[in-house]
Amino acid sequence: MQIRLSGVSKQFGKTVVVRDVDLVIPSGKLTALLGPSGCGKTTLLRIIAGLERPDTGVVLTDEVDITAKPVRSRNTGFVFQSYALFPHMTVAENIGYGLAVRRRPKAEIDARVGELLALIQLETFADRRPHQLSGGQRQRVSLARALAIEPGVLLLDEPFAALDATVRRNLRRWLRRLHDVTHVTTVLVTHDVEEALEVADVVVVMNRGAIEQVGSPNEIRDHPTPFVRAFLDPEDDEPVLEAG
Amino acid sequence: MTLFGVTIVVLLPIAAIVGGLRGIDPATFAQTILSPRVLAAYRLTFGASLIAAIVDAVIGFLIAWVTVRYQFFGRAFLNACIDLPFAIPTPVSGIALATVYANSGWIGSITSRFGIHIAFTQLGVAVALVFIGIPFVVRTLQPAIEALPPELEEASSVLGGSGLDTFVRVLVPVLIPAWLAGFAMAFARGLGEYGSVIFIAGNKPGVTEIVPLVIMTKLEEYDFTGATALAVTMLAASFVLLLAINVLRRHMVSRQVAV
Amino acid sequence: MTRRRPHELALIATAVVIVAVLIGLPLATILAEAWQSGLGIYARLLRDPLELAALRLTIVAALLAVAFNTLFGLLAGWTLSRYRFWGKPALASAIELPLSISPVISGLGILLLVGARAPLGGWLEAHGIRIAFAQPGIVFATILVAFPYVAREFAAVLEQRGIEHEESSLTLGATAGQTFFRVTLPIARWALIDGILLCAARSVGEFGAVSVVSGNIQGITETLPLRIAALYNDYQTTAAFATASMLALFAIAVSWARSLVRGHLERRDEDAEQRAAIGASVAA
Repeated sequence: MQIRLSGVSKQFGKTVVVRDVDLVIPSGKLTALLGPSGCGKTTLLRIIAGLERPDTGVVLTDEVDITAKPVRSRNTGFVFQSYALFPHMTVAENIGYGLAVRRRPKAEIDARVGELLALIQLETFADRRPHQLSGGQRQRVSLARALAIEPGVLLLDEPFAALDATVRRNLRRWLRRLHDVTHVTTVLVTHDVEEALEVADVVVVMNRGAIEQVGSPNEIRDHPTPFVRAFLDPEDDEPVLEAG
Repeated sequence: MTLFGVTIVVLLPIAAIVGGLRGIDPATFAQTILSPRVLAAYRLTFGASLIAAIVDAVIGFLIAWVTVRYQFFGRAFLNACIDLPFAIPTPVSGIALATVYANSGWIGSITSRFGIHIAFTQLGVAVALVFIGIPFVVRTLQPAIEALPPELEEASSVLGGSGLDTFVRVLVPVLIPAWLAGFAMAFARGLGEYGSVIFIAGNKPGVTEIVPLVIMTKLEEYDFTGATALAVTMLAASFVLLLAINVLRRHMVSRQVAV
Repeated sequence: MTRRRPHELALIATAVVIVAVLIGLPLATILAEAWQSGLGIYARLLRDPLELAALRLTIVAALLAVAFNTLFGLLAGWTLSRYRFWGKPALASAIELPLSISPVISGLGILLLVGARAPLGGWLEAHGIRIAFAQPGIVFATILVAFPYVAREFAAVLEQRGIEHEESSLTLGATAGQTFFRVTLPIARWALIDGILLCAARSVGEFGAVSVVSGNIQGITETLPLRIAALYNDYQTTAAFATASMLALFAIAVSWARSLVRGHLERRDEDAEQRAAIGASVAA
């Protein structure tokens, strides 16, 4: 499923967070939205999901205008930075939630949950509760939950930011492999340059609510714009990263 | 550690209650607590407190939800009113409730047209306890509702849940421990309530007598043994009940430490 | 979400109606009944010696209870949050006990301890000290039922605010006493005030325990709450409600004062959070 944003703007109070953005998210690819804190990447992601309404512009999936479509009918998968797993449900119940609210028969739900548990390699954890899992495990469950509804697009909001470095590296490689298997259009929001360049097919660099550059990881690395160059430079860990 | 020592000494009032309840004559104990009048009082006190606490749980949830989640004119005022049954001295509420729900009162006159008499009946006791218990449920639920992470609701919507789905499947279960806590407090308060109930109750032995009143009456008759026996059983029963509810609550909380 | 969905309106309306009927009506009744023959009732009451005696006793008992419980609360709150010792949870529960026991039972406990027939009580009487069915008993009962409020709030705020401020004070050379009065208390002042207000409200309004202990000797062991009951049972309805209205107004005033204090408390918590957040980002 291809996603197109056209002329999208959003402001909160007096702060313009997204500035007249035109962007195409190619179907079946893993796109990274990369940028410093406050550049608007998360807001853009939430607009795609329907969790925020753009002030101007339209959101189209496969050229169909879904700007006015409510969140729950958009069939997007969303993975939160804080996992947002339902604390009172087991892993299996969490994963099956999307199907349960669609009133699917129990057999179907159980089968699908089983598939996904195998996919995320947590088969023996079905009856555990979120607080019994490690951060990395919780994030995998969160992903499985989003995939269970067979979404047209998978949206991940800095999914690995709360995890420690090793787990982060492992999980993002695992995510890439998962993508290669499922081929779901995926949008990954991150501020971690390494992560974006390593994992994505397309990198979109944002700053202050606007798009700085779009390209493959190699293009970004080899032909960066001035801002992008400064952003990529690891020594420059500082105020250049400040946002609007 | 002189502070510690002083604290101990000053614990005397507490020791007063505990110590004072020794010296019970076991022979008359059983006789007292099993007399029909007392049994009727137990039934009324526990029954009315339970029903009132359940009603409070329902009403309290609604009020807590509305005052936390919705903005509307007069919200702050409404919220402040919730404290009143707790803040106002019990005999003040007591005579007010007795007057409002009497057959000639503002509410009583309406209900008695339908044959429902509130004052001087067991129903009156329950109604008074509902009044008293509301703040406990509301004030326990409000912080819990405020603490609900927005991501939980967003996650549910994104996964396709309707507003009702989200409420029933996600939010309410997360709120149950706090809800139970409020219920338990309202229940406990109802068991011991005296001043707000004795005016509306009618206090007919065997029918509309609450246990605290029976204790009072026995004291006035200098039946210290009887009064003590009753007090001890009340304490034991309340203790057991509340322990059970707390265990249940802790079990539920442990199953869902926030993630 | 400024668009109000219909079910929200219905819920709000229901909540408002419930509160109005359940809570509003009884309160309105108090005033309606008190003012039935006009506002002159208050003047009459304040000239009534029995009424004045009850007022005096209530105020004295409440003041003593607040003073005693505040002192104890400071000691107990401090001890509970700053020290480890065997039996700590038991002590904490014991302090909370008056909150969960019926006031009638508390009063009974006092009678059994210091009443004429009890060993301790008998000894006291032999020395000319009468507690039960006399004014000291009322004070005792009032202290008992309002016991935990200050201790709880003080202990809670001490736990929440942590020990760093006090530790800094000590490293800067202050004595324990100076630290307590210059650092600990000021930081905790809003929570303390809230606890004291609660304690005061409870003391003034106490009924069940003092009913047991007082003996209801008019003019001597009658507090205002007891007076209300006596007047009402005597069918002096207007006087009863007038007295009740005074207590109700006091209670409302205290509630309002508490809400102001809560505002201060919340602001303090936000500051603490902000400081923590800044600290974290500086360290990062």
